[in-house]
Amino acid sequence: MVTTDPTALAARLDKPAGPRRTSLDDSRGYRIFRVVNVVVLLGVVVVTLYPFVNIVAQSFSSEVFIRTGQVNLVPRGFNFDTYRLVASDPVFWNSYLNTVLYTVTATAISIVLTTIYAYVLSKHKLKGRGLLVGIAVFTMFFNGGLIPNYVLVNGLGMTNTIWAIVLPNAISVFNLLVMKAFFESLPTELEEAAAIDGLNTYGILLKIVLPLSKAVLATMILFYAVANWNSWFQAFLYLDRADLFPVTVYLRNMIAGATSATSVGAVETNAVAISANIKAVTMVLTVLPIVVVYPFIQRYFVSGVMLGAVKQ
Amino acid sequence: MTTQVREPAAEAAPTGKPPKAPRTPRYKTTWRKAWKRDWQLYTLVIVPLLFFLVFRYAPMLGNVIAFRKFIPGGSIYGETWVGLRYVKMFINDPNFWEVFGNTMALGALSLVFVFPLPIVLALLLNEVRSRYFKRFVQTVSYLPHFLSIVIVAGMVMQLVSLEGTVNQVVRAFGGEPTSFIQEPDWFRSIYVSSEIWQTVGWGTILYLAALTTIDTQLYEAARIDGANRWQQTWHVTLPGIRPTMITLLILNIGTFMAVGFEKVLLLYNPLTYPTADVISTYLYRVGLVSNNFSYAAAIGLFESIIGLTLILSANAISRRTVGTSLW
Repeated sequence: MVTTDPTALAARLDKPAGPRRTSLDDSRGYRIFRVVNVVVLLGVVVVTLYPFVNIVAQSFSSEVFIRTGQVNLVPRGFNFDTYRLVASDPVFWNSYLNTVLYTVTATAISIVLTTIYAYVLSKHKLKGRGLLVGIAVFTMFFNGGLIPNYVLVNGLGMTNTIWAIVLPNAISVFNLLVMKAFFESLPTELEEAAAIDGLNTYGILLKIVLPLSKAVLATMILFYAVANWNSWFQAFLYLDRADLFPVTVYLRNMIAGATSATSVGAVETNAVAISANIKAVTMVLTVLPIVVVYPFIQRYFVSGVMLGAVKQ
Repeated sequence: MTTQVREPAAEAAPTGKPPKAPRTPRYKTTWRKAWKRDWQLYTLVIVPLLFFLVFRYAPMLGNVIAFRKFIPGGSIYGETWVGLRYVKMFINDPNFWEVFGNTMALGALSLVFVFPLPIVLALLLNEVRSRYFKRFVQTVSYLPHFLSIVIVAGMVMQLVSLEGTVNQVVRAFGGEPTSFIQEPDWFRSIYVSSEIWQTVGWGTILYLAALTTIDTQLYEAARIDGANRWQQTWHVTLPGIRPTMITLLILNIGTFMAVGFEKVLLLYNPLTYPTADVISTYLYRVGLVSNNFSYAAAIGLFESIIGLTLILSANAISRRTVGTSLW
C-alpha cells in the first residue's frame, strides 16, 4: 500500500538521509561545516522573509518616510490611517469579493471535473483508458498558445463573464495525475463488494470512494484554491469592467500606476501617483489570507507534490 | 511521467498492489462489450473530456489561423488561406530575433542559476541535525511559492525602486542610486534573483524526498572504505538523487522557451524591452494589443513547437545516455 496520509508523507521529509550520526565521529572540518551551514540557512531565512517584513513595515509607515527611503524593517511614522483608507474604498472590497467568488466557483468546478476524470483513469480494465490518459498528458507538453485560446474564449462569448475565469483552466493535469495515483492505491476489494451489493458506478464513487479520499480531496481543494486566489492573467485578459476585477488585477493596475483615478484617486492625498503605503497595504491585505492559513496547509501541499512524483 | 522517486513503504509492504502495477493483460474486448460493461464510467468521462476537447484541443487546431487570414469577430479558424505569409513575416522581423535572443538568454540564465540551487539547499538541509531547525527553514523557504506573481512583482519593484532597500544599501556604500527597474542592463539580474527567491525553497521538496530513499547501508559501506563526509556526499548522495535531478532537468528544458511570461509582463516596461521583451510578451503585444492575431499565432505556434521539440529531445538524450526518462 502506498502511504497517502499527508502527515506520514511529510514526516518522511524530516527524517535525515543516511545513518544516525553523533557529533563524536565528526571530523574537525565537518564540525566547522555544520556551523557554516547553520549560518547559511539562517541567511536563507532572512532573505526569504525580508521582503514581507519590508512591505508590512511600509504599510504602517507614513508616505514621507517611504519616499525618502527610510523604511526597511521598522515602520516610521507609525499609523493605521492607510489601512483605514484602503478599507474604506468600496472598489477594493468589491475586488476582494470577486476574488472570493471566482476562487470558490472555480475550485468547485475543478474538483468535480478532476475527481471524475481521475476516477475513470484509475480503472485499469477500462477499454480506451490509455487514450484518455494520453489526451490529458499530451496537453502538459503542447498547448494551443495564447492567441488561439483568446480567440476561442472570445468566440464562445465568455468575455466579461465569470466563465472566462473559471472554465479555461478547470483541470490541472498535474492534480489529475495526483488524484489518479491516489485512486489507484485504494484497495479494489471494497468497490467489488459494493458492486456485488448492487451499487452502480456512481454509487460506488459517491458512497465508497469519496469518503475514503477526504485527505486527497482536501489537498486538491487547497491546490486549486491557492492557484485561483493568486491568478490574475485570465482576469486581466478577459475582463474589461473594473467591477468584475479580482483583487490581483486591482493590485496589478495599482502597481502599474493605472488604477482608475476614480477609485484610489478619491483618496485624494496623493492623487498623482498611488503612494507606496497604499500599495503596501493592498499587498498585505491580499496576501494575508494565504499567510494566515499557510502554516496549517503547508503539509498538505508537500504531500500532494510528493504523491504526484511518487506514483506518476 | 515516471520519476524514480520510489515509495519505500510500498516496497516494504508486500500487501496490495505493487507500486508499479504491471500492465493488465489486454483483453480483446470489443467496444460493444466494453460499453455494455462500463457505460457508466464512459458517461462520467464525457464532461471532463469535453473540457479537454474545447479548451485544450480546439485551441491547438485554432493555430491554423497562423496560415489563414483572420478577422476579429469572424470564424475562430480564420477566413482564407495565406500560406506561409506570417511565418515569413516573423522570420524577416528583426524584433522577433531580438526577443528570441532575449528568451534564450533568460532561459539559459534560469537554467544555470535557478535549477541547481534547490539541489544545494536540499543537501544543506540534509546535513541539519535538529529537526525543528530544519522544519523551520523549510516552512519559511516554501512561503514565497504561495504568493501571487502580482505580489511578487510588487515586492520586487518596491525593493529596487529609488527609495527601496537595494538603493539604500547602494547609498550606504557611497554609490549613486539607480532606478534599476528602468535599466535594461539590470533586468536579467532582477528577473533571475526574484525567480530564485520564489522557487528555490519549494524546489527542494522532491530532492529531500529522494534523499530519504537512499539506502543507509551505502553510507556505512562508504565510511568503512574511509570516505569522509564530502566523499560520501559526492559518491553516495548525489548519485542517489540523480534520477530526480534528470527528471526535473528535462522538465526545465521543456519550459525553456516559456520563460515566466506573467512575471516578465509584470516587471518590464518600454525602457527595458531591449533585454526584457521575450517571445511570449512580444506575441502578446502583437496579437492582443495591436490585433495582429494571425501574426501572433504564427509566433506562438513556433514557440510551442520548439518547446515540444526541446522536451522530446532532452528526454531522448537522457534515456540514451543515463537511462532516465519521463516516459
